[in-house]
Amino acid sequence: MPVVKSRINTKAESYAHNTKHMRSLVDDLCQKVAKIKLGGGEDAATRHQARGKLLPRERINYLLDDGSPFLEIGQLAGWNVYQDYVPCAGVIAGIGRVSGTECMIVANDATVKGGTYYPMTVKKHLRAQTIAEQNHLPCIYLVDSGGANLPRQDEVFPDREHFGRIFFNQANMSAQNIPQIAVVMGSCTAGGAYVPAMADESIIVKQQGTIFLGGPPLVKAATGEIVSAEELGGGEVHTRTSGVADQLANNDHHALELARDAIARLNRVKHIQLDVQPSREPLYPPEELYGIVPADSRQTVDVREIIARIVDGSELDEFKPLYGTTLVCGFARLFGYPVGIVANNGILFGESALKGTHFIELCAKRKIPLIFLQNITGFMVGKQYEADGIAKHGAKMVTAVACAKVPKLTVLIGGSFGAGNYGMCGRAYDPRFLFMWPNARISVMGGEQAAGVLARVKREQKERSGENWSAEQEAEFKQPIIETYEKQGHPYYASARLWDDGVIDPADTRMVLGLSLSACLNKPLEDTTFGVFRM
Amino acid sequence: MIDKLLIANRGEIACRIIRTARKIGIATVAVYSDADASALHVALADESIHIGSPPAKESYLAADKIIAAARKLGANAIHPGYGFLSENADFARLCENNQIIFVGPPAAAIEAMGSKSAAKKIMQKAGVPLIPGYHDNDQSDTALQKAAQEMGYPVLLKASSGGGGKGMRQVWRQEDFTAALEAARREALASFGDDAMLVEKYLTRPRHVEVQIFCDQHGQGVYLFERDCSVQRRHQKIIEEAPAPGLGAALRKQMGETALRAAQAIDYVGAGTVEFLLDEDGQFYFMEMNTRLQVEHPVTEKITGEDLVEWQLRVAEGAPLPKSQQQLTAKGHAFEARIYAEDPANGFLPSTGRLKMLQPPEEDTHTRVDTGVQEGDEVSVFYDPMIAKLVVWDENRDKALQRLLSALQQYYVDGVTTNIPFLYSVAASEPFRSARLVTTFIDLYQDQLLPGRPELAEDTLAIMALLEMLNRQRGSTINREDPHSPWSLQNAWRANEVHCQQLRLTAGNQEFELYITPSKGIEPAPGSWQVQYRQQVWQVSGSLEGHYIHAIINGHRSRVAWSGNEQGFVIFTAGHALRFAAVTPDLGDTEIAGANPSFQAPMNGTIVKLTAEPGEQVKAGATLMIMEAMKMEHCITAPVDGKVKQYFFAAGDLVDGGTTLLEYEPYEA
Repeated sequence: MPVVKSRINTKAESYAHNTKHMRSLVDDLCQKVAKIKLGGGEDAATRHQARGKLLPRERINYLLDDGSPFLEIGQLAGWNVYQDYVPCAGVIAGIGRVSGTECMIVANDATVKGGTYYPMTVKKHLRAQTIAEQNHLPCIYLVDSGGANLPRQDEVFPDREHFGRIFFNQANMSAQNIPQIAVVMGSCTAGGAYVPAMADESIIVKQQGTIFLGGPPLVKAATGEIVSAEELGGGEVHTRTSGVADQLANNDHHALELARDAIARLNRVKHIQLDVQPSREPLYPPEELYGIVPADSRQTVDVREIIARIVDGSELDEFKPLYGTTLVCGFARLFGYPVGIVANNGILFGESALKGTHFIELCAKRKIPLIFLQNITGFMVGKQYEADGIAKHGAKMVTAVACAKVPKLTVLIGGSFGAGNYGMCGRAYDPRFLFMWPNARISVMGGEQAAGVLARVKREQKERSGENWSAEQEAEFKQPIIETYEKQGHPYYASARLWDDGVIDPADTRMVLGLSLSACLNKPLEDTTFGVFRM
Repeated sequence: MIDKLLIANRGEIACRIIRTARKIGIATVAVYSDADASALHVALADESIHIGSPPAKESYLAADKIIAAARKLGANAIHPGYGFLSENADFARLCENNQIIFVGPPAAAIEAMGSKSAAKKIMQKAGVPLIPGYHDNDQSDTALQKAAQEMGYPVLLKASSGGGGKGMRQVWRQEDFTAALEAARREALASFGDDAMLVEKYLTRPRHVEVQIFCDQHGQGVYLFERDCSVQRRHQKIIEEAPAPGLGAALRKQMGETALRAAQAIDYVGAGTVEFLLDEDGQFYFMEMNTRLQVEHPVTEKITGEDLVEWQLRVAEGAPLPKSQQQLTAKGHAFEARIYAEDPANGFLPSTGRLKMLQPPEEDTHTRVDTGVQEGDEVSVFYDPMIAKLVVWDENRDKALQRLLSALQQYYVDGVTTNIPFLYSVAASEPFRSARLVTTFIDLYQDQLLPGRPELAEDTLAIMALLEMLNRQRGSTINREDPHSPWSLQNAWRANEVHCQQLRLTAGNQEFELYITPSKGIEPAPGSWQVQYRQQVWQVSGSLEGHYIHAIINGHRSRVAWSGNEQGFVIFTAGHALRFAAVTPDLGDTEIAGANPSFQAPMNGTIVKLTAEPGEQVKAGATLMIMEAMKMEHCITAPVDGKVKQYFFAAGDLVDGGTTLLEYEPYEA
């Protein structure tokens, strides 16, 4: 396969400048994550541990196979969303290997507001389940939660994508033989009681886990009965009498060991339906991405330089290299798996869209997973382009992306604006995973453009009513719009709301995509049927 | 001609004999007890036959069974090895009566040397020098004491029919004589059923030098030079060597010829060993003659290049000696170290158990390992706990000693405690290096010999961590259908953070808290980490290959032998076996979790029987009560050791499901 020949001068001043810039973004990200990792803080952690409980991240580490990677999703969920500090939205989720099987792990963090479900907690739990369902990953729920966050019941309880959906998903995944394992390591109250009750198998920790529809206070209020939590719904009750749980564990470690055993006996085999070759590292170090990505988002970079630092052997076999050159399409390998890469290399024109559509059709037919590297300000606008039918060409690409049933993975490596986001498999197009680089921005259009459009409308209104609108006034009008767009387009803002699965260090892109893709392959590859392409 | 040879022995010597027999085209029959059914000597022999239960007198000492086995399988010769029946004149005679060739001396020769005092008389007649001594029949206290006084203290009291140090006493002063005599007699009587004593001059710095002799049935005899076996512990040889250091050619010849004369005095046939005490002044005295092949015969083989078992078989067939005295030469120097399953730090107590790891050094022209066990075998209580004989050879003593030390360092045994570190410290000690050999060597230099607790070098800690991590990796399953998956990279990758794992190791009585982080890079070489202990940081990487770990610790490559199981690991460094284990989380009592600790009737039914007395101690699992329901009997059993405090029902009572049947009190340890 042809090797991408890098033309980057690592001695250049711009390279050093870019590196410094990206380094500061990554450092900031890592600092935030380091803080988030501490959960609800030292006091809460101490109280938690004093009860003989492991912290949720310790539980996950112990549950995983030795040395297993952990592909955490929604690390920044809930970040600066609420008045309350809700790191990780109070629930840690991610994929890891347990007894040799890639599993989705969802672990409540009781140190964060008692593990109660904020709206983002629900959204994250559901996102984790969606990933599990789309990729046939067994689910392990490490339950330690007070249930719905009562003050916010209107945002967590009634709607389709609210609390109840968790159990709907459990039932439907179980129906598809995507195993559902619950480990009750703390409270599991009210609706939460259905997590173990709906699970295929459930484990409960002695003198620690409790499952009940109504806790002791509710029982007392309702019937006057006075009962302790342990008597009401402790491990002994549920494993000996009620049968709500299957196995009684002595402590957290024992419970996690039992969960590992439960996964080990699932009788699951991961069949890879791809032509796999041995994995080879890229020829160029991934850290060079820091120097390649321009510090100024308006500057351009040849996306092949980025691809060369992600794929096996830096090899890219380009499709239609001479046509529609603002979209780079090509075949490559990632950890030995064949992949089709679709990467922006400038604005999308009609030709680029046609090329992209063709390439996506090829990959869907051949069952080659697709990777989208998004850096797109949008489709070309203007009289000539509209007349040439850029809308229908764009529509063809959007149709292809929407219908393609091969695993799709998206990384936002720069801008993600407007219809470009659709054509390049934005969140709405169900990529199996979607990650952002810390330099990326996402919004319906750029802040400047949005402010410009709004200012033009405003100016027209003013002019119709004969008012004067000075340039200073216009600038004053535009400034907050630009600021809002900048704030809302920022990866942290996006990630905090789970518009993506996480913000990642660009140097980790290969690893993240590789883990994601391998996880995807737990589900058999499907045939694709495309919708009608407007010709 | 010997067509088929039965080996009336086990262990390494049986294996060794089989090897030679096979080499010269003689079929072999092994015999085995229950304990040895899957032993190496059985596997090596062409045929094998079971002869009884593990205790030697039921099997390897059961002459009748062995003769019957030989007759049944048509073996026309029996090699007795050493020990067991090898010096049993009755057995030799029994063979003869059954027209089976006994590969050893005639019964009469065995008998002649069997009684020490009788042997000495014969030797005296033959002009073999004896230690001044009293071998008379007058066993009165006065006679013995008078003799002691005449030869001068110190003297040695010995049981006439003794051996192995039993019934033996050193007496340094006249006033101690009576007490020592009584003690020696008591011991002799208990051990041999005979309390006859002899008194000998006690030599203060004697060496144990023995001469290997060989005689054929035609009156010809040769000596195959000598061995120095001075390094002994309670008369048990530890390290033997040939030739004896510092022996001049004249003395060698003189001792050799004297030994031959001793053998010929009893019309000896076959392999024999004449043991002498060699004093500092070059005087040597006859001790005893062993009428068999010695344990330490390989050192003689190494320096002469002869196969003594082959000689034995040829001579037994009636052939003349393969070589004449003139044709025999000694070349270079050889050592033999006896590897025992025993604990030198604990009074050399035999150690039993399964050989989880048995990795001898590689054999080549310089190194030979005679063993009768394999990895996975059990070192049982029934037989000698010798694991192997490590034999090395080189051009001179210094070079051979170097080989011995290096071979001992590469001898890896786990599952039982061994004397390997002790052997190493003996061989490495200055007195041994400079050949200051004396029979009291071990006592004399004991301060230098017991191996100290090995220093735990900090790099060793890094190797331990690496071993633990590599084994954990190995425990993880790799999906065969998805071999290149990044999920199999084992790099503990985490998003936007570096995963740091605490690893607690216990080694000796210490606990070490280490921190492990995966090495940098997206796809680090498999099995590479950064290990931190206090201020120390190591970059470690490596791989496992069988019993070896190939480790690179901060750029230093080494190959270290290891062994391990769920309980922990052992690594071998500089002759030491270092044990360590990772501290694993407490899972609680995983057995009891799930067992029903309450004593409730499982369903409605009738009590059939109370099977324990209230207050009576019962074991876990004991049946306490039997009830019948749905035409089935149900046993209520004790969950742990303890006692029934009281029964709430009697036989015949109807009980409802869920009713508590009895009160139980667990036993407080």
